[in-house]
Amino acid sequence: MTSPVRWTRPQSLRHALQVMAAEPSVVPIAGGTDLMVLLALGDLRAGHLLDLWPLGELRGIDAAPDQTVIGALTTYRELATHPAVVERHPALVQAARLSGAWAIQNRGTLGGNLANASPAADSPPALLAYGARLELVSVRGSRWVDYADFHLGYKRTARAGDELIARIALAQPPGPATHFYRKVGTRKAQAISKVCLAGLAPLSDGRLGDVRLALGAVAPTVVLARQTAAYLNGRRVPEIDRVAARAILEAEIAPIDDLRSSAWYRRRVAGNLFEQFLDAIQHR
Amino acid sequence: MIVLDLTINGRLVRVQVAPLTRLLDFLREHQKLTGTKEGCGEGECGACTVLVDGLPVVSCLVPMGQLDGAAVTTVEGLTAVGDPGLQRLQEALLDAGGTQCGICTPGIVVTAHALLDARSRPTLEEIRDALAGNICRCTGYTAIYEAVRRAAEPVP
Amino acid sequence: MTTIGAPLRRKEGLAKVTGRAVYLDDITRPGLLWGRTVRADVPGGRLERIDFAPGPPWDEIVVVTARDIPGRNVVPLIADDQPCLVARDIQHREEPVVLLAHADRQVLARAVAAIRLVVTPAPAVLSLAAATDVLSELTLERGDLAAGLAGADLVVDGTYETGAQEHLYIEPQAMLAEVGEDGALTVWGSLQCPYYVRPAVATVLGLPEDRVRVIQTTTGGGFGGKEEYPSMIACHAALLAVKARRPVKIVYERGEDMRATTKRHPSRTRHRVGVSRDGRLLALETEFVLDGGAYLTLSPVVLSRGVIHAPGPYRWPNLRIRGRVMRTSYPPHGAFRGFGAPQAIFALEVHLDRVARALGIDPVELRRRNLLRPGDVMATGQPVEPGVDPLAVLDRALDASGFAARRAACDASNTGVSAVKRGVGLATFFHGAGFTGAGESKLASEAALRLGADGRVEILASSAEIGQGAATTHAQIVSEALSVPYEMVSPAVVDTAVVPNSGPTVASRTVMVVGGLLAQAAREMVDRLRAQAGLPRPHTPADFAVAARAYTDAHGPLLTRARYSAPAGWQWDERTLTGEAYAAYAWACYVAEVAVDTRTGETEVTDFVAVQDVGRVVNPVTARGQVHGGVCQGLGFALYEDVVWQEGGMANARMTNYIVPTSADTPPIAVVFCQGEASPSKGLGELPMDGTAPAVVNALNAALGAEIARIPALPERVLQATLPA
Repeated sequence: MTSPVRWTRPQSLRHALQVMAAEPSVVPIAGGTDLMVLLALGDLRAGHLLDLWPLGELRGIDAAPDQTVIGALTTYRELATHPAVVERHPALVQAARLSGAWAIQNRGTLGGNLANASPAADSPPALLAYGARLELVSVRGSRWVDYADFHLGYKRTARAGDELIARIALAQPPGPATHFYRKVGTRKAQAISKVCLAGLAPLSDGRLGDVRLALGAVAPTVVLARQTAAYLNGRRVPEIDRVAARAILEAEIAPIDDLRSSAWYRRRVAGNLFEQFLDAIQHR
Repeated sequence: MIVLDLTINGRLVRVQVAPLTRLLDFLREHQKLTGTKEGCGEGECGACTVLVDGLPVVSCLVPMGQLDGAAVTTVEGLTAVGDPGLQRLQEALLDAGGTQCGICTPGIVVTAHALLDARSRPTLEEIRDALAGNICRCTGYTAIYEAVRRAAEPVP
Repeated sequence: MTTIGAPLRRKEGLAKVTGRAVYLDDITRPGLLWGRTVRADVPGGRLERIDFAPGPPWDEIVVVTARDIPGRNVVPLIADDQPCLVARDIQHREEPVVLLAHADRQVLARAVAAIRLVVTPAPAVLSLAAATDVLSELTLERGDLAAGLAGADLVVDGTYETGAQEHLYIEPQAMLAEVGEDGALTVWGSLQCPYYVRPAVATVLGLPEDRVRVIQTTTGGGFGGKEEYPSMIACHAALLAVKARRPVKIVYERGEDMRATTKRHPSRTRHRVGVSRDGRLLALETEFVLDGGAYLTLSPVVLSRGVIHAPGPYRWPNLRIRGRVMRTSYPPHGAFRGFGAPQAIFALEVHLDRVARALGIDPVELRRRNLLRPGDVMATGQPVEPGVDPLAVLDRALDASGFAARRAACDASNTGVSAVKRGVGLATFFHGAGFTGAGESKLASEAALRLGADGRVEILASSAEIGQGAATTHAQIVSEALSVPYEMVSPAVVDTAVVPNSGPTVASRTVMVVGGLLAQAAREMVDRLRAQAGLPRPHTPADFAVAARAYTDAHGPLLTRARYSAPAGWQWDERTLTGEAYAAYAWACYVAEVAVDTRTGETEVTDFVAVQDVGRVVNPVTARGQVHGGVCQGLGFALYEDVVWQEGGMANARMTNYIVPTSADTPPIAVVFCQGEASPSKGLGELPMDGTAPAVVNALNAALGAEIARIPALPERVLQATLPA
């Protein structure tokens, strides 16, 4: 027989962090929608699982006036139906609604999704667009990091071996702004993203400022397109040289050919979605 | 092995089980509730959909370790409870032709039941959205849409 | 008693909606072992040795290789060329080599991983272009092709490709075999053709056929995918069960099922059409090539159906269709709903739209001018059956879909700035029901009825209920012919110990052919009861019950049988493909409307109208269901379902990566049946698979002004098609 997997059901977040500290090889499990697929494929390498599901401390959404703080164990469904999130962060709501189907959305969690660090995940572009910050906790304490600095490479993150993602904080977006999210898969539901683009474009006096634009499935990690945003900032939309802007965007991504699509398609569609984003700003 | 207390179709059970056991296998092999089907084993087809604490989940992706204190409802439970809404749903599936080979039907019944719980008169778009995780290869879905709509009609 | 035409509930419906229906994986037996298959994993080579690495408890594990086969190492079909287990030569990557059984699936998984096949690789043929070995070849000719092309005002060429398509029945392939105390074998399984499985198991096990019993369990979808491959798995389970002396169950995991079992034949069709300026089709030259994979399997029959359907329902004074199946190093392609016709019809219908564009005439008008009419003769020489008018079907579809207004609305919408373009397209087509040519005569199917003392009638036929409604429609046919209530008629379990060989559950023959035999057996039952049990004419259900009691009291249960024989005067030449190709044709016109996002190449089918003449509809609910389901599979064939091949194997063999339509992708499908109540029922199951993809692609091409000629029309291909050449 294969050696049995150890399973720890922590009594509290503190207890969970002690386990993480004592045993760096322990694998935390949230809703299981990624890890259980690995198990099915025979690819789950874990001798000891730490079950986060019972940790009430990691649940809940707190909508303060200046920011929305989302517990890491919040499911996609909870996210997609929470009134404050719906009002403030529609791009994230769309991402959550397109993450798998209903039965997956009831189990998959935002924190689990970020820890899994797939470059094709649906929520990360929206989180980047909203300038999310993550709280990482361990027995050593708590630290907040910019989500934009979290993904270090393909499936590599800034989370230390003893840390858990505890909360995700999104600042209240500025007043008049375009919130954009679009995911392209082969079919309309239950698709893995081929290209995904999320953007937040505040407009003041007809000029763009603090644009944040992010893409998924076009590089080893989700990408915050800083150069493109820099190019856009301060301009009026009709003045934007779309050819030049697309060229900047295309230089910020590194799409590949794989089972699901081609580099050519991803590059071209990324540019097209970018233009759709510009159109959305213009027609807001 | 861990010991869990959970409710299966309204019945409280204490079980000793390996924590990574899939809820699907537990239901089919341990509880002999074979109405829940396995179509893909990776959460894509929806044939293994059951309710956990009232919400549809794919039981192939839920480890038993996470179910202490949970209430699990399968197609057998929905049928046995004699929920009139469900019976209407089943009747409607029969009348509209919403089941053919039947292998996806238990999952469809569970998801549609949850939809009708959440929305008493779902629109076509809501039905199509809710069922998007339940792949049916026979019916082309059309008769299922019709059945869910019929089941939601007020009782005359 | 008019049961035919009534929307009765399916016989096994209640069991299905309550989760009580028993599928193969729901069955367990005392002492059950699980079976697994070790496959070649190289596309070609010679097996030198099998190594069993240490680790697994090999003394507990049942191991079967080709050497353990007591009978012949072959899965018999048209040619006996496919082995049950590799002895030496490996022809494709999914060939089974070693079988293993153990009670614990985790142990079994480790054992599978511990087996090393030592193989000397051999070159593999991994494209149609590289294939040189012709597995099967056919030509259909009529008139004088060269003269027809020479006399044409315009000649239009085109090349069309369709990809492999996976059936993706939601219940994977599954078999359970058990050896009885007397040494006889019983095999339970998810299958369409019990009388394919029985001789296969007997051949491999070296047993007389009557020592093998095959029982169909509730089958979670087939679509042709459970026509031939179940014989292979049944043989494997039986070999393990015999060696283990314990029952063995094999249930394929989804990935294994997708990789190893058959798929629709990929195709490449070259058309050259000669046409007059006023839109009369004058000549058709076609090269129709199928990728057969590594063994012959059913390819010759798939090819003949493809070739016969290639000219479509049109008048062609001159044509030549050359069809070939090429051998490649892929797992054999096989039966899939439509059986060669969808590939051929896709190519022709999309090409006709191209011809219409080249001529500058309306594609509807091009079809109107050339559709077969009553009294016309098809390419095979078979006359269009009386009472049928393909033009009326076209008109009904134009009317039911509001085609003209819809097209105008699309055109108007496309003049705007929106990146989403709309289009409407149609396909007119036919599907020959039942086996091709002399197939039914050769098979000489049998079906029977058994009347019990309680007046209940049992249907004895090997037609498998696989979701299509066989159990229900057969009961309706028998109930009507006997004038007894539907509830009094029920099908027997499909068990070769109980039911005669009514032929396989394929080729849209279940209602038309087997249903016909059952009606015949029912008429004989009535005659016998009139003659021997005083059944009055006409009779009520109560009279029938009284007569049933009287007859069975005197003679025991009444069994009546019918055996197929072809109508007098039927001729078929299988070499030239001339004569009566099919007993009947179903005729159809499908209309699709699409919205294409030109930024991403994503296509949404926004509306679909399916109009057909299938003769008399036995059950409107199950009939509509066949159309809905066939159209939905057709949408997948047209837009999403792409088998990605790498090194001879399916690289995207997961439901995450092989994309089929969900409810979010499938609009409600409108279905119209137009037929006279008097006309006999014709085959229906495959028809909707034929016309859906060309209707969708014609809509796409109309929306974009593009020339998409290859399916699936994935977003990548659509986007490419929108670019300037």
